Amino acid sequence: MQYALLFYTTETFDSLPPAERQEWLAQMIAWRKSLAEAGVLRGALRLAPSATATSVRRDGDEVLFTDGPFAETKEILAGFILLDCADLDAALAWAGRCPISRIGTVEVRPEHPEGPMREPGVS
Amino acid sequence: MTGVAGGAGHAALEQIVREEAGLVLAALVASCGDLDLAEEAFQDAVETALERWPRDGVPQRPAAWLTTAARRRAIDRLRHGAMRSGKSAALRASELARLAAREDEPDPEQAAVPDERLRLIFTCCHPALAPEARVALTLRTLGGLSTAAVARSFLVSEVTMAKRLERAKQKIRDAQIPYRVPAPDAWAERIRSVLAVVYLIFNEGYTATGSSDADRRALCAEAIRLAGILAALLPDEGEVHALSALVLLHDARSDARVGDDGSLVPLDEQDRARWRHAELGAGLAALQRAAHCPGRGPYQVQAAIAAAHATAPSGAETPWRAIAALYAELEAIHPSPVVRVNRAVAESRASGARAGLALLEPLALDARLHARLAAYQPYHAARADLLRQAGRRDEAREAYARAIELCRDESERRFLERRRAESRANGSSGPARHR
Repeated sequence: MQYALLFYTTETFDSLPPAERQEWLAQMIAWRKSLAEAGVLRGALRLAPSATATSVRRDGDEVLFTDGPFAETKEILAGFILLDCADLDAALAWAGRCPISRIGTVEVRPEHPEGPMREPGVS
Repeated sequence: MTGVAGGAGHAALEQIVREEAGLVLAALVASCGDLDLAEEAFQDAVETALERWPRDGVPQRPAAWLTTAARRRAIDRLRHGAMRSGKSAALRASELARLAAREDEPDPEQAAVPDERLRLIFTCCHPALAPEARVALTLRTLGGLSTAAVARSFLVSEVTMAKRLERAKQKIRDAQIPYRVPAPDAWAERIRSVLAVVYLIFNEGYTATGSSDADRRALCAEAIRLAGILAALLPDEGEVHALSALVLLHDARSDARVGDDGSLVPLDEQDRARWRHAELGAGLAALQRAAHCPGRGPYQVQAAIAAAHATAPSGAETPWRAIAALYAELEAIHPSPVVRVNRAVAESRASGARAGLALLEPLALDARLHARLAAYQPYHAARADLLRQAGRRDEAREAYARAIELCRDESERRFLERRRAESRANGSSGPARHR
């Protein structure tokens, strides 16, 4: 079963002093490496700061673009990874070891029980 | 079927079913992996039992009978796709195979039902579920309470409780919370959650003192039963025995805790003849077992405090110095204003009001606690009494006013108003209350 681990942080990471940043990055890389070695890693993306976000909505025929993330909150989505785990306990254990859980929040979300969206009648 | 002759009343049969519910449900969940299906099949089996047992007699092994009957019903439901929750054909087939594998056992009604309750309780108390959902699920599955009974105990509508249970079961299913005893690296956190759920159930019952609160008070007995089951399943876990001790020691005093006028009676003023001594004895024995296990956790310290009160020959001979030391130990494990207030009151009984006030004062200086403390009634009540005893009348009156303002219990309000009036008249009479 696939789980998404969504990383929410206050964008303090980029403002950390270089030494701390190095230290933290090293931990993050080690964690990523342990995921790969365990064979659970299915994908990952580190996101640029939320200042680069553009939100898109459509109102009738009009497409509306808004500068900034969907919701202005203190903690923003900083990245995510996809894991393939036997159950929630396994996914939570990986999340608990993630360095981000010390400075922000790691939200663990299971894939939808019906799997990806499909055309009706196609299985 | 061999069995007890018929004639047992409907209520007695329901009691038997409820006693076995946890064991049967846990075995069913273990063999099919789906709590919803297990519950539905169990309900079917119960209906059949209540129909047949009065006629044929109660089987010698009710749990085995119910498990076998429910397993057959689960197989039927899977074959005919008659489940409340949708399920893919592949999942149905795999659950069917697992269940059917157990059907070939020779005379399944005689086979012992494997005790899978530990796995089920760890799932129901999983920290990924909301605390109120953990409590409801545990009562519903391990306790065998109906949704309506759980709803009444928590003073919510049956619809609300059904939704809460449904959401929790959906999360177990969709997020794949496993039915498993947790791994050693997660053990400490997970057992803490299980113990907290049982203690919460007890406290819900314990705080219900009105005569119309029978449903809620039944929660005390349920928590004692759950703690006993856990202690039997985890004999080396000291905190489990300690929790068992704690709930027994508290419950043994429940009759003496409420006066004839419905007001709460402080521990050291309770009529000890009204304590249930057999239950106290069972609590002390459980505490002994806890003490023989390695490690000492917060439940053991709390049970030791309860035991110190329980074994004092009289209220006047309460060993306050030892109790204050135990509260200090508890505070070292779990620093909180609640523990500090209790410790301060115990300290004041051991060494005087000034010693108690000295422990309360740092709380008021902690900026992080301001909001919490402002609304925490027991702090103001304890502080008011200690200030009164120390002869600081103006401050005492202010503190009484705050405590009375925050008071939600009518009898306690009367008690505080009486004390406030006394503090206007003269200095000290009577110590702070301790519960």
